[in-house]
Amino acid sequence: MNRETILHPTRRSLLAGGAAALTAATLPRFVQAQSSEPIRLGFQLHRTGIGAAYGRWYERTALAALKVVNEAGGIAGRPVEILFEDDATDPRRGAEGVEKLASQAKVDMIFGPLFSHVVIAAAPRAAELKIPYLVCSEGYHVASGKLNRWTLQPGITDVRAQVTAMAPWVTQNLGKKVTMIFPDYAFGHDHRDFFTEAVAAQGGEVVAQIAIPPTETSFTRYFPRIPRDTEVLYHVMVGPAVLTFVKELGEFYGSGAKPEIFGFIDSLEAVDIANPGLQFLEGSHFWEGQCRMLQPDASEAETFYRDAVGVDANGAAIEDPKNVSCYGHMFSVWETLFAIKQGMEACSWRGPQDRQAFVEAVEAFTEMPAGRERPQGAKVFNPKLHQVFGHQFISKLEGGKLVKVHETSLEDGIYPSDVDYLATSF
Amino acid sequence: MRMLALHLAVLAGVAALQFVLPAYHHTNAARILVLATYAIGFNIAFGYTGLLSLGHALFFAGGMYATGLLVDQGGWQPWAALLAGPAAGGVLAAGVGLLALRTAGPAFMIVTLMFAQAFHLAILYWGRFTGGDEGFTLSGAARRLGPFDLADPATRYGAAFLLFAAAMLGCLALVRSRTGRVLIAVRENEERTRMLGYDPFRAKLLALVLSGLLSGAAGATYGLMFGYVGGSFAAIQYSILPLIWVLLGGAGTVLGPLLGTALLFYLIDWASSVTTASQFVVGAVLILLVLFAPRGLLGLLRERGLRSLP
Repeated sequence: MNRETILHPTRRSLLAGGAAALTAATLPRFVQAQSSEPIRLGFQLHRTGIGAAYGRWYERTALAALKVVNEAGGIAGRPVEILFEDDATDPRRGAEGVEKLASQAKVDMIFGPLFSHVVIAAAPRAAELKIPYLVCSEGYHVASGKLNRWTLQPGITDVRAQVTAMAPWVTQNLGKKVTMIFPDYAFGHDHRDFFTEAVAAQGGEVVAQIAIPPTETSFTRYFPRIPRDTEVLYHVMVGPAVLTFVKELGEFYGSGAKPEIFGFIDSLEAVDIANPGLQFLEGSHFWEGQCRMLQPDASEAETFYRDAVGVDANGAAIEDPKNVSCYGHMFSVWETLFAIKQGMEACSWRGPQDRQAFVEAVEAFTEMPAGRERPQGAKVFNPKLHQVFGHQFISKLEGGKLVKVHETSLEDGIYPSDVDYLATSF
Repeated sequence: MRMLALHLAVLAGVAALQFVLPAYHHTNAARILVLATYAIGFNIAFGYTGLLSLGHALFFAGGMYATGLLVDQGGWQPWAALLAGPAAGGVLAAGVGLLALRTAGPAFMIVTLMFAQAFHLAILYWGRFTGGDEGFTLSGAARRLGPFDLADPATRYGAAFLLFAAAMLGCLALVRSRTGRVLIAVRENEERTRMLGYDPFRAKLLALVLSGLLSGAAGATYGLMFGYVGGSFAAIQYSILPLIWVLLGGAGTVLGPLLGTALLFYLIDWASSVTTASQFVVGAVLILLVLFAPRGLLGLLRERGLRSLP
């Protein structure tokens, strides 16, 4: 624009100047509107189907974490919303849910699913839609390398790391000759393969592997297959038949000698451990992702989290002591939401255009210290595996209470792997 | 001719939908078309021949696993593996049919259910190969049919449409043919059909094989389209679903499977977005259907005037 124009403006230059002034006046408001627009997170929820007991508590945990995040100013100053989508714990519905959250609800990213088959079915769709998919699943599938660059697990350790971490304590304290009883499908097979390997590495031996078909409702005929020299009985039964399993195991051994018993709390999540049918488990040991019952040495972060979710010292809902939580797993939802916050703030999240930058920001995670964001404890993230590694807890059932007897170190669960998601494309 | 025009118009409408549907419904429509193909297969056995099977998940998952395993572990080209899907469905249906068709009524339901459950358990048992209940994902390369990438939404819709169109027109041709009329005769009165000189066993076996073939084709296509093969598709739920789709749309109608599949799909989708008790809503709708339209929506339409609807 030359001096002449400034001194003697034409109608065209006046119009252009007016438009520019109008744009300049409205731009800050637009930018502000965009920056204060809520961040929308999709939650793939097992509200119905076989995962419903978990789903109920995962929703409650997510809402509690959301409240804490928003009360502290949200993510990078923006409020956060969560949209829950029921997947009926079904792989097909899971994939559909991812599509609905991404394409229709237009969420920024998706998190929350636990059940392996749902995660494995939905992960390819998340990758096609190029949306970060943060799962809270234990199965050895993210770290196995069979998923994709968009799928991450920053909130809970996988089963391979869990059993690898616990095998030394089991063989050194309970016995070296182990019989495993597990459901005859992928979850049980992960335990079978990785625990057998981990026990052998400790100089122990799995003397029998007893696979129970998933349709089984009575277990009596399997117990005679437990070798007499068994020192530890390792069980990972899940589902509604678990009470029958424990009852029949108790009847099988009666009041006579029995091996040490080591189980996964997965069997008894959302189940009252004081249930009369579970008396036989008194004195046995359990893996717990996080101690269901409040321990004397609980950290401030742990009690803060427990109070925020509304869980009493026994692991049940504050308003209903019979409503027992999935405390051993549900911390993963809380911690994943805080990992999302950390990743979004690290990549200066603006909107969906930053989804790839978000994944790269999470891939830059390494040390994840304990605190209110991680009430279960400190963790370390392996970017190549897209998998976090954390502490594990072993508890003993004493007088109807689960008492912590051991906490594994972060290093205990590390295993060698050639998987490298960083070498894969987006 | 009028009926042919109606069916072609429906196909034209379905083809045109892909240009107007937003992303989420676009993918849903592709899913519905493949699942409706499965329902068309079920309808040939149940709706037209009167064979109430509770084991069709065997054929659907059989096709899915044949294609998925061959392309993932067998090193087959996706095109060839895709053709193995309907072949597997047809062969499995022939095998089951040769044994199960010696029974009828509730016994047929139980025997077909038993075969499907055995297949489901076999998938879980041989998890090392099948991925068990977790299943397995298919790589991008495994989903490319020559120059066509099934991960691309438009290609995916096109593939689903071609499959559905072939199944629907094939079904229409079948039920209007002499063979189709024999199937319907078997459904209406098997003994009378036999007395007229037809072989009901042969007709029922043919219906079951065609049904299995379409179910296998749908399973194979579904696996490649969405990149996942899993044991849950062999569970009893996937034997019940085609029955509900067909009952809702209208058993023994060519368009009923599409209508029923689409309605139930969106009923579940809508109900789960408005209430946590979505299953209650779906159950209530199905009860109302049984009470007021036991022959399904198109069956009701046929009763109320459109008698020539095939």
